[in-house]
Amino acid sequence: MKDKIRDILSRLGKLPVAVDSLADDSDLYTAGLSSFASVQLMLGLEDGFDIEFPDNLLNRRSFASIDAIAATVEQIIATRKVA
Amino acid sequence: MDMQVSFLDRLFDAGLLIDTGVDGLYGRSGEFEDVIAAFERLIDRTGGGDGAEAIRFPPGMNRHYFEKSGYMKSFPQLAGTIHSFCGCELDHVSLLKTMDEGGDWTTGQEATDIVLTPAACYPLYPTIARRGAVKDEGQLYDLQSYCFRHEPSKDPARQQLFRMREYVFMGQESDVMAFRQKWMERGPEMMRSVGLPVEIDVANDPFFGRAGKLLVNSQRDQNLKFELLIPITSVEKPTACMSFNYHQDQFGLKWGLQFKSGAPVHTACVGFGLERIALALFHTHGLDVTIWPDDVRKVLWG
Repeated sequence: MKDKIRDILSRLGKLPVAVDSLADDSDLYTAGLSSFASVQLMLGLEDGFDIEFPDNLLNRRSFASIDAIAATVEQIIATRKVA
Repeated sequence: MDMQVSFLDRLFDAGLLIDTGVDGLYGRSGEFEDVIAAFERLIDRTGGGDGAEAIRFPPGMNRHYFEKSGYMKSFPQLAGTIHSFCGCELDHVSLLKTMDEGGDWTTGQEATDIVLTPAACYPLYPTIARRGAVKDEGQLYDLQSYCFRHEPSKDPARQQLFRMREYVFMGQESDVMAFRQKWMERGPEMMRSVGLPVEIDVANDPFFGRAGKLLVNSQRDQNLKFELLIPITSVEKPTACMSFNYHQDQFGLKWGLQFKSGAPVHTACVGFGLERIALALFHTHGLDVTIWPDDVRKVLWG
């Protein structure tokens, strides 16, 4: 999953640094993730994982690091399975 | 809504606002304008010693700058563009025929180079960027303009064409934050001096759509926007009469606003909604300014 997230991040995150140079727990906002790029990233994740972010997860914390994104995506997938 | 309609009707009846047949588009009486002029003098007395450069732009801006600003990404529903007839004589004949028949004559209108200004500070950033490097100690500007937002409403405090007075500071992050903090203290003092009850709360801009939710939450999480609220047509939902906005280095990067070192400037703006403040005064003290409390009249008119 994290490889796929890294792929989406490198295409849509518009980061000034290479995604390969970031650790899974690196702060993406410190690395240069802008608000508008995080919107593109969210749409890319929805497309890539066939999910829809609920309103309560549309916040900065959900996209703060690769670990945080993975946890958010897993949470959405798990909720979907229950439903 | 009823309270909004009845306040609007009372303003019409008193002749303070003048109905044009379009919600949110009103004429203003001399008395209404006199209140706005008096409040602007209070703003001048409060901020005039800070050494701002005053600039007045008309209520339209360069379409190219508007496009670059990213406004359509965030607020497409509020924007107003200016279109004109650019056809030949034959097109004119066809236009008049369509109008005569009651058809939609606007489809042939073409976009001009002008877009209605959505906030007084929008034309400022590209203008200052063209002048070259920003001083290390920062630069301060004093702006006022009519602004347009397409949101027709019966609430007199939500007009489509209204005036915004702004101070904009560009500089180092700490100086920009200090500028905003200073006005978050001055704003409530000013409002209290004219007898208006105020509160300040964290706020967000009306970003469009579901993706906008992420921007709203992000803006609130970072405390980028505060509003000074005064009850006008509702006590539960008081109206934002001032806003205090920190843009981080977003505009510095977007417009190439830099220090000599090449580092992007941070920016913040403080905006006064002049019609809203006048309406708050009329709502609080009554529609006849001659019977407003003496201390309020003294602050406004000396």
